[in-house]
Amino acid sequence: MAGKGGVGKTTVSASLARAAARCGLTTLVIEVEGKSGLATLFGQPPFDYDEVVLSPGGGPDGASDVRARTLTPDDALIEYLEDHGMHRISRRLASSGALDVVATAAPGIKDILILGKVKQLERSGTADLILLDAPAAGHAISFLRSPRGLLDAVSVGPIRTQAQDVLDLLDDPARCQVLLVTLPEETPVNELIETAYSLEEDVGVSLGPVVVNGLYPELPGLGTDPEVAAGAAGAHLLPGEGAELRAAAQFRRHRMELQAEQLARLSGELPLPQIRLPFLFTADLGPEHVDLLARTALADIEALTELPGTAAVGAPGAEPGGAR
Amino acid sequence: MSATHPPTAALLQLVRDARIIVCTGSGGVGKTTTAAVLALEGARLGRRAVVVTIDPARRLADALGLEGLTNTASRIDGPWRGELWALMLDTKSTFDDLVVKHAESPEQAEGILANRFYRNISGALSGTQEYMAMEKLYELHEDTDFDLIVVDTPPTRNALDFLEAPRRLTHFLDHKLFRIIIAPTRGVLRAATYAAQTFLRTVSRVVGGEVVDDAITFFRAFEGMEQGFKERAAKVIDLLTHDETSFVLVTAPRRDVVEEATYFATRLGEADIPVRALIVNRMHPHFSSAAPGALRERARTLDRSDLGGLYANLADFAQVAANEEAHLQGLSQRVAPAPVFRVPFLRSDVHDLDGLAEVARHLFPHDLRAG
Repeated sequence: MAGKGGVGKTTVSASLARAAARCGLTTLVIEVEGKSGLATLFGQPPFDYDEVVLSPGGGPDGASDVRARTLTPDDALIEYLEDHGMHRISRRLASSGALDVVATAAPGIKDILILGKVKQLERSGTADLILLDAPAAGHAISFLRSPRGLLDAVSVGPIRTQAQDVLDLLDDPARCQVLLVTLPEETPVNELIETAYSLEEDVGVSLGPVVVNGLYPELPGLGTDPEVAAGAAGAHLLPGEGAELRAAAQFRRHRMELQAEQLARLSGELPLPQIRLPFLFTADLGPEHVDLLARTALADIEALTELPGTAAVGAPGAEPGGAR
Repeated sequence: MSATHPPTAALLQLVRDARIIVCTGSGGVGKTTTAAVLALEGARLGRRAVVVTIDPARRLADALGLEGLTNTASRIDGPWRGELWALMLDTKSTFDDLVVKHAESPEQAEGILANRFYRNISGALSGTQEYMAMEKLYELHEDTDFDLIVVDTPPTRNALDFLEAPRRLTHFLDHKLFRIIIAPTRGVLRAATYAAQTFLRTVSRVVGGEVVDDAITFFRAFEGMEQGFKERAAKVIDLLTHDETSFVLVTAPRRDVVEEATYFATRLGEADIPVRALIVNRMHPHFSSAAPGALRERARTLDRSDLGGLYANLADFAQVAANEEAHLQGLSQRVAPAPVFRVPFLRSDVHDLDGLAEVARHLFPHDLRAG
């Protein structure tokens, strides 16, 4: 999962994880930046390097587990060195800050440690689906480009092998796809389009559907004058209420028009299917909202005409736009 | 619409009197736009203002005439009494300039600039961009051509990266490993050298020998320059914590963003840096003073009618407005007595001078701005 900061990537990750779990897939969400609200969305305490269950399966809805854990380069490095018979040096290398020096010598080494660990988890079959909450915005590109960069910089050694394995993972649409998340607003849509082309061209990774988050849901009567609507309903408005209702309806209509423009532009410029999630006018998001978003996402996924991963940004003849 | 707060004169005073304004906050909250608005207002007041942007959205860059700009300030012409200059930070060339400045000889500078490890520092070492933003600030501060400098900070997750980055880089250059690596040329005890060799051999086994060779060459080439770098970093930190530097915290009213901003404010407080103003972008408007629950109930009784939809809509926005105010309450207290400025959702994204002027109307009181 990749997207600019502030587009609700964590909420979307939680919702898609829950959607997958509802389909019976055991799902593991991996966080790499820490300090997200993922656990709160499931009503759970914060988690760390150790895997936790955020939403247990086996209930009446037949869903599977949603689990989560955090990965940090330091922890991944220690684990990696220990797995490769370098137990003695592992703590020293990680704790002395030497990783910073090594990471500067070989940029992308931190990313490759994380991606290598993800690849290992994928190979171990620990979950049916792994959702990686990638670093925000532009960092996602350098993050995913890291194996290729390392292959250029490092000619031998276990890190090179690791980079090659990760590259194999990224190159295989059956094993790995990137889902980009955006808001239906100008700047986030621009950034998403740029990121999509850059990922396809520079990284060569397959793109799944685009997730557009935060669409205002339709309501009846937004185009009707409040006085007329009151007359039709046989109701009376309080003094001043007509103006309030009118101003609020106007605001929503205007925002919805802007959102529709951005959706149309996104569909026109990026031929990928779209999953569209509503803006929720609630105080604090919790498990029931995650579930609502999960059901919306599932309905969109079922309506997709093409299977995720078969669409290519630059493919000739690819159908533009979403399923609607 | 009720509850629209007219802006106080606090930001106007800041723009009129401050030497340096640092806009800080998490990514995607309109920091770059805010920085541009503050600098533009400075120019309106007759000041020679310069805005340092990090990564402006392309259309804002176009509006500011920043397209294809280098690392030096260029002037933007317009109908204001003072001057407006802008530059887009180029981390690498700022760092290159710093190396050239501190090198003992042109050969030393050349050796470092050509080194692969050095070329990676600007892109790979975390905090380098933050450090260079602050370095640029220091450079502009030394330059008497400008009397108001407004800086945008990189969108970091770590609140004080820009304060800690100079220290972190000098710490990095002063790293134990660095000492170990250059030890042979300094004739330190053989035991230390032996330990170093073992260590480096192990690192080579993991990442490959040429990577380690690059690093060694770099650290050897850099020898003698650490002191200059350290002194410069200390001066940069002094400037940031000095009275003439004012911090403005920028946020959006969403819960997660406000949580990050609150964390920023706390860390700034711990570093004894006062927040001079809190700017909240993209506020939903207040349409009604009625409680969201009451409006929701009214919508329910009217069910699926048009009027029910209209009430449901009013309830939605009353709910959002209440949420936003609730999210902001703790943060406002945290930054008190700093005033809070609320900028509503604008009709479209800001990418021209008219857009900047619209934002300005929510930051500066109209009656005091004339002339």
